[in-house]
Amino acid sequence: MTQPVLVLKDISKVYRLGEEDLYALNQVSLTINEGEFLAVVGPSGCGKSTFLHIASLLDYPTQGIIQIKGMDTMDYTEPERARLRNREIGFIFQQFNLLAKTNAIDNVALPLVYAGDGKKDRERRAREMLEQVGLGDRLSSTPSQLSGGQQQRVAIARALVNQPSLIFADEPTGNLDSRSGEEIKKIIIKLNNEGKTIVMVTHDREIAKIAKRIVALADGRVVSDRPTKWARKTL
Amino acid sequence: MNWSKLLNIALRALLTNKTRSVLTMLGVIIGVWAVIMLMAIGQGLQNYVTDQFEQFGANNIFIAPGELFGEEGGGFQSDEQMAANLLANTLEYEDINAIRKMRQYVKAVTAFSVNSAEVSYKKNTEKSSIVGVNHDYATITSTKPIKGKFFDKAMEEKKEAVVFLGYQITKDLFGDVDPVGKKILIKNRDYTVIGVGEKVGGGFGGPSFDQYVFIPITNWFELFDSKLVIRVMAAIKSEELTDGAIKEIEKYFLKRLKADEFSVFKQEDILKIIDQILGALTAGLGGIAAISLVVGGIGIMNIMLVSVTERTREIGLRKAIGATPKVILIQFLIESVVLSILGGLIGVLIAEMMTYFVKRFIPAEVTWSAVVLAFGVSAAVGIIFGVYPARKASQLSPIEALRYE
Ligand SMILES: Nc1ncnc2c1ncn2[C@@H]1O[C@H](COP(=O)(O)OP(=O)(O)OP(=O)(O)O)[C@@H](O)[C@H]1O
Ligand SMILES: [Mg+2]
Repeated sequence: MTQPVLVLKDISKVYRLGEEDLYALNQVSLTINEGEFLAVVGPSGCGKSTFLHIASLLDYPTQGIIQIKGMDTMDYTEPERARLRNREIGFIFQQFNLLAKTNAIDNVALPLVYAGDGKKDRERRAREMLEQVGLGDRLSSTPSQLSGGQQQRVAIARALVNQPSLIFADEPTGNLDSRSGEEIKKIIIKLNNEGKTIVMVTHDREIAKIAKRIVALADGRVVSDRPTKWARKTL
Repeated sequence: MNWSKLLNIALRALLTNKTRSVLTMLGVIIGVWAVIMLMAIGQGLQNYVTDQFEQFGANNIFIAPGELFGEEGGGFQSDEQMAANLLANTLEYEDINAIRKMRQYVKAVTAFSVNSAEVSYKKNTEKSSIVGVNHDYATITSTKPIKGKFFDKAMEEKKEAVVFLGYQITKDLFGDVDPVGKKILIKNRDYTVIGVGEKVGGGFGGPSFDQYVFIPITNWFELFDSKLVIRVMAAIKSEELTDGAIKEIEKYFLKRLKADEFSVFKQEDILKIIDQILGALTAGLGGIAAISLVVGGIGIMNIMLVSVTERTREIGLRKAIGATPKVILIQFLIESVVLSILGGLIGVLIAEMMTYFVKRFIPAEVTWSAVVLAFGVSAAVGIIFGVYPARKASQLSPIEALRYE
């Protein structure tokens, strides 16, 4: 049995709203193995984004344990977490989050800059990644010269460039028209088929269907966790 | 992360915002420019004045009536004191002979008296300073004739009506005519021109030496019907002997005068005081200009704060994909330091160029110390005023930064 890529144990996230405590996540436990494709679904405000931020080490849980490839991250300092994110995690955001006025190849190479790779290496790898997402001919285009779908593909290339063990996507098609959305879906499916472990957050059940496993949240709790073919009936 | 990569990230960020970067630098450019320019002018002035006094040679001693230096030897006397001292008229012509006799020290000595009068050649008339000196004046002050000669001992003793003209007054009176042998009128008396001095410039803040008209002091006493001696200058045999000579001369005068009725000093004493006064002036000017440098620094801080706020999402993204807080801190710090150092460099260049042109009109000299100071302060300004925005950026939580609208 291979080691799980990501383990969450009893994760809670509490926001204090005046007098009341709001449990954005309540005792969430999950294990994600290598090669899995997980969709986290649920109604607005159920805690999907909170889950993703905590699982990807962007935010801290109020309680609980997060292990990435067997490493317990709870006593990691912020610089250590940053380095772990850099090596092991790729991000795909709803709003792409590309650097403006910076061309595609430099945007894609940015994680490699923080990894400390040399310029030649960076450019070679960034070019490879852009070719993988079908943008081999737009290397020097800046975000403002690219369509939304193309921008998201640049962002995906950036998420892949450090060969992370885990890719997190928060509503990756949320800002796209349906045709561009289809393209992105295809790319994500392809990545999973190539062996990438993917955690995708979406409120769109149709998009969730491309995943192999669906976790449903409600009020910060896991209410269902099944393979997609069985989940389909309940969705 | 090595430094060249951090520098690269920072430079890219600055280049994506060229106009803003340039405008931000402007504050530092002006600050550095002002510091260097003002200090250059101060230094130029100091050099100029010092040069004037250095013309008199390091082993010359000056004797003046009254107290030239204050109690502690610092600063010149006030105007009232100066006027009182001049009127005090404590020096006498006989003193020249006494000083000349101190042969173990003194090589040559001259009295120096001055009064103004009209000088004319044919139709040209000029108001000029008529200076009475002994014949040794030329050797003591290294006054060199470009035409003719300075008057000699015999002419002095015979109280001859001969005149040695400064460079400029010769031009004004004679134009292109050769003046040697010609007769001019001083206070309506006939004088024969026997020589013309080379161009020297300067003068102790008063008229230039080139405007002076030199006549034998014996003749000067008759011309102005006065026994006034306002200075005595003595050339000492060597520089090492000057202090001994000063003591000896002071001893001589103390027999007749009170300690505050005369001063004996050497060139170095004057130079020290000039350095003191003009050095303080230069530092003061530089200090005032440095305020504008600080204002430039605040400008950098301002823009960097705006920049941090504007780029909050970018900072969040950088952090998400692996930038540590330290890397973000250094990135923003480098941005502000690059702005200030680049601004400093441009400021230095502009100041150098302007000094080059200003030099034609007023003495100015860019000193290394001014450049190092201005540059150091501008780099320091970049760091000091860059730290706050950079810390702010580095301490942003990645998730809050990413969510920032
Ligand atoms: N910084 C915060 N402070 C207080 N409450 C917060 C904060 N962030 C999230 N919440 C609350 O936590 C709950 C979960 O929010 P979250 O953003 O995870 O929902 P979501 O499932 O992603 O919703 P959506 O589908 O609308 O994006 C919500 O009730 C939200 O209001
Ligand atoms: Mg959300």
